[in-house]
Amino acid sequence: MGETLKGRAWVFSDDVDTDLIYHNKYLAETDPKKMPQYSFEYYPGKENFAREVKQGDFVVAGKNFGCGSSREHAVYCLKEAGIPAILAETCSRIYYRNAINNGYPVLFVKGLSDAIKSGKIEDGDTLEVDLATGTITDATNGNTFHGDAVSELERDIMTAGGLIPYLKTRRK
Amino acid sequence: MGKTFAEKALGRAAGHPVNANEVITVEPDFCMSHDNTGPISRTFKKIGVKKVWKPERLVVILDHGVPAPSSDHAVNHKEAREFMREQGAPHFYDVSSAGGVCHQKFPEEGYALPGQIVIGSDSHTCTYGAFGTFATGIGRTEMAAAWATGNIWFKVPESMKITASGKLKPGVSAKDFILKVMGDVKSDGADYMSVEFHGDGISNMSISERMTLCNLGIEMGAKNAVCEPDQKVLDFIKGREKSSDWEILWADHDAVYAKELKYDLGDIKPGVAKPHTVDNYAEITDVRGTKINQAFLGTCTNGRAEDLRAAAGVLKGKRVAVRTIVIPASWNIYREVMRDGTLDTLLDAGCIICNSGCGPCLGAHMGTLAPGEVCISTANRNFKGRMGDKESFIYLASPLTVACSAVAGEITDPREVFAR
Repeated sequence: MGETLKGRAWVFSDDVDTDLIYHNKYLAETDPKKMPQYSFEYYPGKENFAREVKQGDFVVAGKNFGCGSSREHAVYCLKEAGIPAILAETCSRIYYRNAINNGYPVLFVKGLSDAIKSGKIEDGDTLEVDLATGTITDATNGNTFHGDAVSELERDIMTAGGLIPYLKTRRK
Repeated sequence: MGKTFAEKALGRAAGHPVNANEVITVEPDFCMSHDNTGPISRTFKKIGVKKVWKPERLVVILDHGVPAPSSDHAVNHKEAREFMREQGAPHFYDVSSAGGVCHQKFPEEGYALPGQIVIGSDSHTCTYGAFGTFATGIGRTEMAAAWATGNIWFKVPESMKITASGKLKPGVSAKDFILKVMGDVKSDGADYMSVEFHGDGISNMSISERMTLCNLGIEMGAKNAVCEPDQKVLDFIKGREKSSDWEILWADHDAVYAKELKYDLGDIKPGVAKPHTVDNYAEITDVRGTKINQAFLGTCTNGRAEDLRAAAGVLKGKRVAVRTIVIPASWNIYREVMRDGTLDTLLDAGCIICNSGCGPCLGAHMGTLAPGEVCISTANRNFKGRMGDKESFIYLASPLTVACSAVAGEITDPREVFAR
């Protein structure tokens, strides 16, 4: 058993594209620390996210999270906001690689898309997440979900804190 | 059991036969990046390596905000320029008439070659599959790591086979076909997969049309998209190749696919992707009459000479009813359509011509939208607010549909124009 993280859920639909997570118009920004202020600005109903998100909250999404552009801003803006992990049924290939390469966990959770649609997990619910086992408990309503384990290479990169620190340790 | 294109190309690069789902490490033949080269170079420096593993493998093409629309953009350009100089990396396409949209310039300059592995820090890198290249988009951190190590890991993807037979009817374009495919496959239907386009319907298409198809691969979630490299590809790359180490590769007849789809191009009708997702397909008859405020002809999807000529064919002797922005995808194309009179025809019709680059496609400049405005565009993405205000709307369509709609001021079926 690993450490259990506790935080509020911010719940999103399927196919959340990279413009909804971090809009084009802020692409020239290159300082990750300045990116959280723009998170989800274009997502209807989540315009308050950047102002109200708290360290330790979780982003919960359906299928194909992060589809679209290869912009890494869409990972930084959530990581720097203090979101410890993204919980999604699936996410786009490039988004997933960007997350791993920044040591940022994405937990793939089967059935999450339907659970969101049927209200089994809702905005503001308190979640308890064990990243090592992939177990997610919605403490507000008692529902539980199970995420997949990641491959060995991916885990090694994440444990090192991302691709750059991983390469540095391997060069020694 | 035969092999797919992805298995062959990645196997060639790995130096041993590979199968789908195997994790391998390969050396890329070329690494493409654009305005994000500056931030990548900063990450690169953090790794503690001084020199790029092979500076001649880097291809950097500034296009996202050219000329720089803000000082932040200008800083990114400056960093890219300085980094390329410092590394002695020769393949740099600055803000000049040697430039254009990266996905157009890259093949034009002979970097997209059959059987090679290309990684690009832009999601539409998959466009080079039109030349039989295994080309895929990656993020910035990963690009910095590839520059330092000369390696990138891949899980060999499973493949999807899309077979097209027959011919498109008058007024129907390759774009209509791929928008229909998008509507069927959906935006995650090819997640992690290699998408192969097969059949006489594809071999009859021009290079430009094949680029349009492969360009949309990422919109289905694909790792790469590819057409069979044939004589048309060989003719195109002749005299341009920036490397001699390429090889014609294609899938075996008995290759194994995760999914297969078949289309008769004769059945394809003009269509659009409605706001705000690329897979929100509708036949033109369902959206005709929708009022528009702006039309946009350009981008890596449909900003090539034959796209602009097709539009000019419609606009000749007519006037556009809404502001219509035209952006040739490269300065070579700009010259070509300037010389053959296409630009004159478009100007006579009331269009404006902007400099080559990504332009308003990603909402940075040159045609952003006001609240409530509707744009019909030849681009590849219609995400909410992508071209400007979050309460604006983008319909994606073919150059013919965009041109016909620009004249009418509302979404118009191009077949009506061709029937006259």
